Amino acid sequence: MVSVSPAKAASPPVPVAARPRRGARAPLLLALPAVVVLAVFFVVPAARLAWLSVSTPELGLGNYTGLASDGVVVTVVLRTLGMAAVVTVLCVLCAYPYAYLMTIVGARWRAVLTALVLLPFWTSLMARTFAWVVLLQDTGVVNGLLAAIGLGPTRLLGTTAGVSIAMAQVMLPFMVLPVYAAMRGIDRRLVDAAMGLGATPVAAFLRVYLPLSLRGVAAGATLVMVLSLGFYVTPSLVGSPQQSMLAQLISVQVNQLVDFGAAGALAVTLLLVTLVLVAGVQRLTRTGGAPVGLVGGAGS
Amino acid sequence: MRSVGLRRALVAIGILIGAWLLVPTLIVIPISFSGEDSFAFPPSSWSLRHYRTFFTEPSWLNALLISIQLAVIVTVVATLLGTAAAFALSRTAFRGRGALNAMFLAPLIVPGIVVAVAVYAAFLQWGLIGTPLGFIVAHTVLAIPFVTVNVGAALGGFDRTLERAAASLGASSVATFRGVTLPLIMPGVLSGAVFAFVTSFDEVVVSMFVQSPQLQTLPVRMFTSVTNEVDPTIAAASTVVITVTTALLTLAATMRRSRRHA
Repeated sequence: MVSVSPAKAASPPVPVAARPRRGARAPLLLALPAVVVLAVFFVVPAARLAWLSVSTPELGLGNYTGLASDGVVVTVVLRTLGMAAVVTVLCVLCAYPYAYLMTIVGARWRAVLTALVLLPFWTSLMARTFAWVVLLQDTGVVNGLLAAIGLGPTRLLGTTAGVSIAMAQVMLPFMVLPVYAAMRGIDRRLVDAAMGLGATPVAAFLRVYLPLSLRGVAAGATLVMVLSLGFYVTPSLVGSPQQSMLAQLISVQVNQLVDFGAAGALAVTLLLVTLVLVAGVQRLTRTGGAPVGLVGGAGS
Repeated sequence: MRSVGLRRALVAIGILIGAWLLVPTLIVIPISFSGEDSFAFPPSSWSLRHYRTFFTEPSWLNALLISIQLAVIVTVVATLLGTAAAFALSRTAFRGRGALNAMFLAPLIVPGIVVAVAVYAAFLQWGLIGTPLGFIVAHTVLAIPFVTVNVGAALGGFDRTLERAAASLGASSVATFRGVTLPLIMPGVLSGAVFAFVTSFDEVVVSMFVQSPQLQTLPVRMFTSVTNEVDPTIAAASTVVITVTTALLTLAATMRRSRRHA
């Protein structure tokens, strides 16, 4: 190393070429502690659970076939899918005009509208869910409003209607942000061009703007669907055990029945559905950053 | 281009949805100052008694203290591990990098209940249920992705020529990191740390499975309160939690803005 020939020492490529190689191994070691923690306390437990689902009480797919033929489980799965669909539709209906509004207002109002979406997104899920328990109680604010317009009072706490109202509000940010991202990228001159060529505003919207924004809607809808399928806190507290959803069923299998095989089979099924849907979103959006950064905020 | 009427309708819808997003969360604040033992809204009398209960009754106070200690430890551990990992992932190209990246994002994507049951089954075997260590590692796993995402973003917009300049002026790689790289990615590290804190401080589902009656975090205590009792102390707890997280996230947003201006 010391006796470098003058010719070599003079040429800059040597140190430049040497650096990345030396740097290539040292930084990789820096990832090791985090990789070990994630592997031991996340990957191994997940793999163990998947293994338990095919090995307890005996080797085979007994847990999966057992669940598929259990009427209660099938009912809960169908209810969960139905609830996720209702929540998704509610979120699309609310998020679309809201996101559109974000694209046509000035910078200051856009900041306000964005803050309104992000604030609840990061506010404690427990606090928000408790707030919904208070709002939806028989003498609560929502029932007061319903009574004022002649629709109530009606029972909301412990019903699927109450759960979908609360969940839609909790999920709304996950829909607004991707829809807004898609709309922001739409070239408004395309709509103007359509109208210049004689399209009515409605036709221009339906034939030009709507198709261009659908990618964001699809991404948001998938995110909301995924999060709703695995949602635990809000359905547990706002809903009732008689109307339980998939995550509650998994929790009951573990805590009350101590059946890790069945719980594992349900968890693996939920995970597979989630991964398929997320892979679909990734293909659709190809951006990754924003949607992925959002997923954790739910804390489910 | 669009008619004024349509714009007015959109603004009205926007206000309604904005209120729907914001107001439900804020309702806990007046209830926390009520003088009654119910969740009646609006309260007919006002007092600070629910705060007194929250800060004196052991089951609430201990849960708060445990949550704060836990969040601080998790923040330190996750920030250190996550920053180092983000650095490694952004600076090296190797086979399997995609898989490693996926592993770092997985805790964000896997449903909370799946993580909770997996962790519960493993921790039961390993004797980690109801232990501080169990909480620390479970929350660290959930917090690391937020650090790697934030630090990764900061490193992505980073001008490597600055490091080469420092190195060519004779700085060692450690000195370059401390003197050049770290100060530049600091806003990303700090916002990652804030997200790590908030993640641990708010986490419910996994904590429900790791907890024991002797060791409960604040969100777990709140969950139990909603299921088992009608006690407005939870409104005081919610208000405290909302205040803490809002303050921290405002801090993070300010730091991100300063990063953009830097």
